[in-house]
Amino acid sequence: MQCEICQSKEATIHLTEIADGVRTEMHLCEQCAQEQGVGVKSYIPLNELLSNLLAAGPKDEGPAGPDENQLTCPRCGFTLEKFNEKAVLGCPYDYEVFEKELLPLIKKAHDGATTHCGKAPARMPKDSKQQMEIDRLNRQLDEAVRKEDYELAAKLRDKLAGNK
Amino acid sequence: MKLTEFSQNINEWLSGNGPLSDVIISSRVRLARNLAGHKFLAACSVAEKAEILKKLKDILMGLQLGDEVFYIGVDKTPVLERRFLVERHLISQHHAFGKGPRGAVIARRESFTAMINEEDHLRLQVLKAGCQLPACIEQIDRIDDMIEQKVEYAFSPKYGYLTACPTNLGTGIRVSVMLHLPALKMTGQIEKFLNAAKALGLAVRGLFGEGTEAAGDFYQLSNQITLGVCEKDIVSQFEKTIIPEIVEYEHAARARLLSHDVGLLDDKISRALALLKNANLISSQEALFLLSHIRLGLNMHQHQGASTPAINRLCSLGGDGGDAKAANRLSIATVNRLFLLTLPAHLQLNYGKELDSTHRDALRAQIIRQALSG
Repeated sequence: MQCEICQSKEATIHLTEIADGVRTEMHLCEQCAQEQGVGVKSYIPLNELLSNLLAAGPKDEGPAGPDENQLTCPRCGFTLEKFNEKAVLGCPYDYEVFEKELLPLIKKAHDGATTHCGKAPARMPKDSKQQMEIDRLNRQLDEAVRKEDYELAAKLRDKLAGNK
Repeated sequence: MKLTEFSQNINEWLSGNGPLSDVIISSRVRLARNLAGHKFLAACSVAEKAEILKKLKDILMGLQLGDEVFYIGVDKTPVLERRFLVERHLISQHHAFGKGPRGAVIARRESFTAMINEEDHLRLQVLKAGCQLPACIEQIDRIDDMIEQKVEYAFSPKYGYLTACPTNLGTGIRVSVMLHLPALKMTGQIEKFLNAAKALGLAVRGLFGEGTEAAGDFYQLSNQITLGVCEKDIVSQFEKTIIPEIVEYEHAARARLLSHDVGLLDDKISRALALLKNANLISSQEALFLLSHIRLGLNMHQHQGASTPAINRLCSLGGDGGDAKAANRLSIATVNRLFLLTLPAHLQLNYGKELDSTHRDALRAQIIRQALSG
């Protein structure tokens, strides 16, 4: 069945209105329905969503800042372009590095929500940046001890103690 | 632990028991988790993935779950066995055919599975027969807490459990039910159901998840939103609103078939029976659809007291003798058993070697004929 408005696309939305005992029906495609202001939730694939957002181009206000697409996570080396390619992020810290760019995506995927309100781990969670730093220092410490570089190991141990 | 030790049996969630099991085949809750202090898998080297695998494997194998657990190194398992695990819904297709060091920890009764290094470091899953979402979430919560005592999860107070894909952010929970909707299909109302699901923000997928089609009138319905809602509310919405409505729609469609379309209903069941009892070659797709009609007939008899000529013929049939209580009567458990054991990987694993599609179709037909001849 064809859309009654554009006469070209397939009608996937069927509206029935009953007013004063009179029944009217309308058959629209998704695009015309949106234009008519009929709210339809549709599931947009993540890749497409991100491409649309990235393609929107640089913002007009203020002086041109660093190109957002070139922003790189110092922990895992991911860029937004990499995320677009793989449809997954590189590490938990990406949520901080790319927060501004990810926010519209998150809102769209979760019906406007941007804050967690469910279960939390029993332990008090350190934030991801700090946690990864601690883990990195621990690994360096193990390596220093293995290499018998006890001076370095002592420095790292003190740094870790300071971080806690 | 060899897979053939349980490849001949149906698992717990295919028992045909459980609440609302004439429409809700099974319920499932899945949690996505990542370890703090590690990169997500897409940025990990092979060595880093192996490190994560070992860490989580050791923890999971050491848990006290009240059920024997065993480990499968998915990347080191033959492809046929991986397909077998997918057929049993123990691992996803993504996990079976992914890359790099990855594994699965499976509880003997197959109600609990953990996938390590699928899309996230850890994907926990609890599966139960019929509609048992509260029991699923209670069990998975307990296991999640046990693991969290041994390891730290990547978590931020603002965004919740941090997942590789932002679509799983927050609770990281996927609540789903496997529905059997043959009457809605027969009465031409499946589109309505699909549109209603879409409007509610729910995802509808086929028998084996993302990218599969709705074979055998099975539909997997699950939540898509994971952030900004709490786990209990998602489960509650399913249990109190979504599921009762869908069950009612399907029951109403079945009642309508009985009152207005008995000819159509009986025809579908008779044809299914005739083909299953006589055909020489049955493809797995065809088996799914034919068994779907048999399942419908049996359920309508058991739950709605239906007794049309075709249904009566069906209910007087012999089963495969596996259930002594039913004394040779064809049962849902038998249908479920046939459904599972005639899937391609199950067929070949139990036969003992790989077969080409014609031989599979012949073997499948033979197994079904034997089960229905009673």
